[in-house]
Amino acid sequence: MVDESLLRTLTPTVIGILGRRGADFAAAEDALQDALVEAVRVWPDDPPRDPKGWLVTVAWRKFLDAARADTSRRHREVRVEVEPLPGPSEVADDTLRLYFLCAHPSLTPASAVALTLRAVGGLTTRQIAQAYLVPEATMAQRISRAKRTVSGVRFNQPGDVATVLRVLYLVFNEGYSGDVDLAGEAIRLTRQLAAKTNHEEVAGLLALMLLHHARHPARTGPDGNLVPLAEQDRSLWNTRMIAEGVGVLQAALARDRLGEFQAQAAIAALHADAPTAEETDWVQIVEWYDELVRLTDSPVARLNRAVAVGEADGPRAGLSALAELDPALPRHTAVAAYLHERDGDPATAARLYAEAARSAPSLPEHVHLTRQAARLNAQLRG
Amino acid sequence: MAKYLLLKHYRGAPAAVNDVPMDQWTPEEISAHVQYMQDFAARLEGTGEYVDGQALSQEGTFVRYDGEGRPPITDGPFAETKDLIAGWMVIDVDTYERALELAGELSAAPGAGGKPIHEWLELRPFYAAPPTITE
Repeated sequence: MVDESLLRTLTPTVIGILGRRGADFAAAEDALQDALVEAVRVWPDDPPRDPKGWLVTVAWRKFLDAARADTSRRHREVRVEVEPLPGPSEVADDTLRLYFLCAHPSLTPASAVALTLRAVGGLTTRQIAQAYLVPEATMAQRISRAKRTVSGVRFNQPGDVATVLRVLYLVFNEGYSGDVDLAGEAIRLTRQLAAKTNHEEVAGLLALMLLHHARHPARTGPDGNLVPLAEQDRSLWNTRMIAEGVGVLQAALARDRLGEFQAQAAIAALHADAPTAEETDWVQIVEWYDELVRLTDSPVARLNRAVAVGEADGPRAGLSALAELDPALPRHTAVAAYLHERDGDPATAARLYAEAARSAPSLPEHVHLTRQAARLNAQLRG
Repeated sequence: MAKYLLLKHYRGAPAAVNDVPMDQWTPEEISAHVQYMQDFAARLEGTGEYVDGQALSQEGTFVRYDGEGRPPITDGPFAETKDLIAGWMVIDVDTYERALELAGELSAAPGAGGKPIHEWLELRPFYAAPPTITE
């Protein structure tokens, strides 16, 4: 057996080392993928004493082979034959630079996600294709286009950590539940980033992921249906993960530089803190939503705030907060349905649930909303 | 990213601008049309946006359960069925606007006289995976 997680952890380090030896990013990444394939073939019978050294040696050889082949094709000089020694000025972390490169603003979100999973996460193209339900050939093209897009970017250029966080958030929040555990991978990559940076929003995102992932076992019922937060069996929540998330969040908040991920994590922590749904501290949650709206001005934050207001100050207050928002917002109708039911108007709620089901963006939500409408309609028939 | 189905109808969609049945085209026009479709799919594979494409035979059969221990009942094909699917392409794109743009290009496939067919394609979003963070 090859220790796949070891290979994946070593991936960005080895790409970084090849980069410092003069390989451009695209070539270094290709060489490393070739070396990974060889490792999977060779290691079971002949495990290396120094896995990292082995990978560097083999990947470098692959790189030189490719560069020579390229040269003989094009009849021009290879300039990377001589290994430049890494100088003492090499301070920036190789892995950190890769995070920035793979999340470069010139990439579309989908390309940045794919490139990050491959070059930083060490996933194969096939695994990434399976995770996003597209053919392997399509994903291979998406990755090679992404590599071409960033080929002009200098490898050692520092970037904006916010772009990296957006990519990691997407990996966590928008994957399919296939064989590849994208949520777990996003947490691993964010944890690794947090260890290499001293940025409160990186910590905020890590806390947010941990606090939501802790609820994973309770999110789906035995029948595969979505279980809303208020109805989840809280004994299924992962308390160790919650404790870690709360600890990471508290350390971040103590630095007194609030950001959107810290605010979202604080909301998740308040939910985690409530032994039952009824004991949720909605007043404090509304205050955090006020912060979040102030920080992001996001319509989604305003919509979620309306839900929290409905819990804190009653459904009427929630409905009037909702009335200020654009009805075309995704999930607006579902929120209205919920608040109308709480307000004692099951007929309106049933109609709105059915309407929300028709425009639901995912099948589990469609089923959930249809079920809500059916429940109320049955109740109305008496 | 979001996946969309581009659905092509034999019947059931509003009439195309260049609405000449394919069996009235010249063989060269048919070849040009097929080539356009292949090139389109190949280009989308190159941009990392292609998921799937299939064409369906026109003759289908309706099938339904007929009770325990009995073989399913079949019926049709019905020559007068209002809606008849001809085939589809599935794309995975960054935005709805990009999906519209690609559907527009596909609708411009050449038909009779080598002119764009301007046929109506139906654009349907796939259900996505539910997000983890909802509050």
